[in-house]
Amino acid sequence: MTDLILHNICKAYGEKTVLRDFSHTFPAGKRTCIMGPSGCGKTTLLRIILGLETQDRGTMTGRPERVSAVFQENRLFEDFSALSNLAAVCHHGDKQIMEAHLTELGLGDSLHKPVRTLSGGMKRRVAIARAVLAPGELMILDEPFTGLDQDTKKIVLDYLKHHTQGRTLLVVTHDPAERDALADEVLDMSPVPEGG
Amino acid sequence: MDRTPSFLQQHKQTFQRVGAVLLAILVWQVLAMAVGHQLLVPSPLSVLERLAGIWLEAGFWSTVWFTFRKIVAGFLLGLALGLGLGSLAGRFPLFEILFRPWAVMVKSVPVASFIVICLIWMSSARLSIFISFLMVLPIVYTNVLQSIRSVDRQMLEAVQIFRLPWAKRVLYLWLPQMKPYLISACSVGLGISWKAGIAAEIIGIPSGSIGQMFYDAKVYFNTTDLFTWTIIVVVVSVLFEKGFLALLKWLYGRLEKL
Repeated sequence: MTDLILHNICKAYGEKTVLRDFSHTFPAGKRTCIMGPSGCGKTTLLRIILGLETQDRGTMTGRPERVSAVFQENRLFEDFSALSNLAAVCHHGDKQIMEAHLTELGLGDSLHKPVRTLSGGMKRRVAIARAVLAPGELMILDEPFTGLDQDTKKIVLDYLKHHTQGRTLLVVTHDPAERDALADEVLDMSPVPEGG
Repeated sequence: MDRTPSFLQQHKQTFQRVGAVLLAILVWQVLAMAVGHQLLVPSPLSVLERLAGIWLEAGFWSTVWFTFRKIVAGFLLGLALGLGLGSLAGRFPLFEILFRPWAVMVKSVPVASFIVICLIWMSSARLSIFISFLMVLPIVYTNVLQSIRSVDRQMLEAVQIFRLPWAKRVLYLWLPQMKPYLISACSVGLGISWKAGIAAEIIGIPSGSIGQMFYDAKVYFNTTDLFTWTIIVVVVSVLFEKGFLALLKWLYGRLEKL
């Protein structure tokens, strides 16, 4: 496993430049929290790393072949159960492991319920479990704690810390408490003031 | 205060539907009495009497079965090919361009023209299969294409990121995506396949078909038989439509429980 190195990445949508000569090294096997105000290019950066967008200029090296993600939206298969959603991405297909993960996240009673019937917070936890169980050395989490109450957030934080050891994690968050609980490294993408 | 709905309130919709049917029969009866000639408008009672006896006649079930299997075969062929071609056109835009003139032609050419042309090419016994197939194909094709085009782009990104294999993409993304479109296409296609299939049989007159019964009834001015066979076709097609849609929904239910 190698570091993920981005060098002089530029991305613009029409006249609007979102990333200008962005360079950063994400250390392999570490959790990096990405912070910054809305519109500073966090999501665009993640989309470039995921391969969903192509940078206008710059290079990226060290990206593993397989990645997993929690998107800003849950993006679950709504008609299928929580367990089926995990089975969709979990190639080893060990049902007991999947059940254990969902139970650990407090979803033990909802394993077989269609995802569309679950609450927003429950769906979020299914999306997180899916990303954890999906194969991939790199995990990208875009505001993964959205819609979770404080108690559930703590459970999810512990779950992530326990099950993502050794994987490279990039987590977008606005909450310093989440950052403190999770991050090995912090990347602040706040724009530097003019003349600063 | 007791707010339990009464029996009448509970079954209000059923009563309304039954009432509408009874009213239609009443209008029919009044019309038959006004015309006063069984040859032009047979009374509901005479048609009912004929219905009560026709299914006991020799050859009735084989006639219904002959037409049923041809039209259903045509429908299933149209469904299968419509699914395949619609998927292909949704996946590769070039196919959509190539299929477009065919789809437009099949949708706009009158069914009677197809029936007459096809009678030159094939035996009348197979005509209803082909005509049903031809009517169902563009309906299923258009709906499948539309369902693929309206898929949630975010879900496409998700299956791309998680590298779902082809079979899982079909299972988790495409089949659920197609569900409302497929149900709608089948509902419309089933009705049209029966209408077009029977029309093909009336023109082609294959021996032992419902179409032949219609033709004979016309030739012998047996309007009561004409009405009776019409009711039989409506009942069989509605039963098949309900059964097929129930099967489709059941299959989707099974799929979601996987």
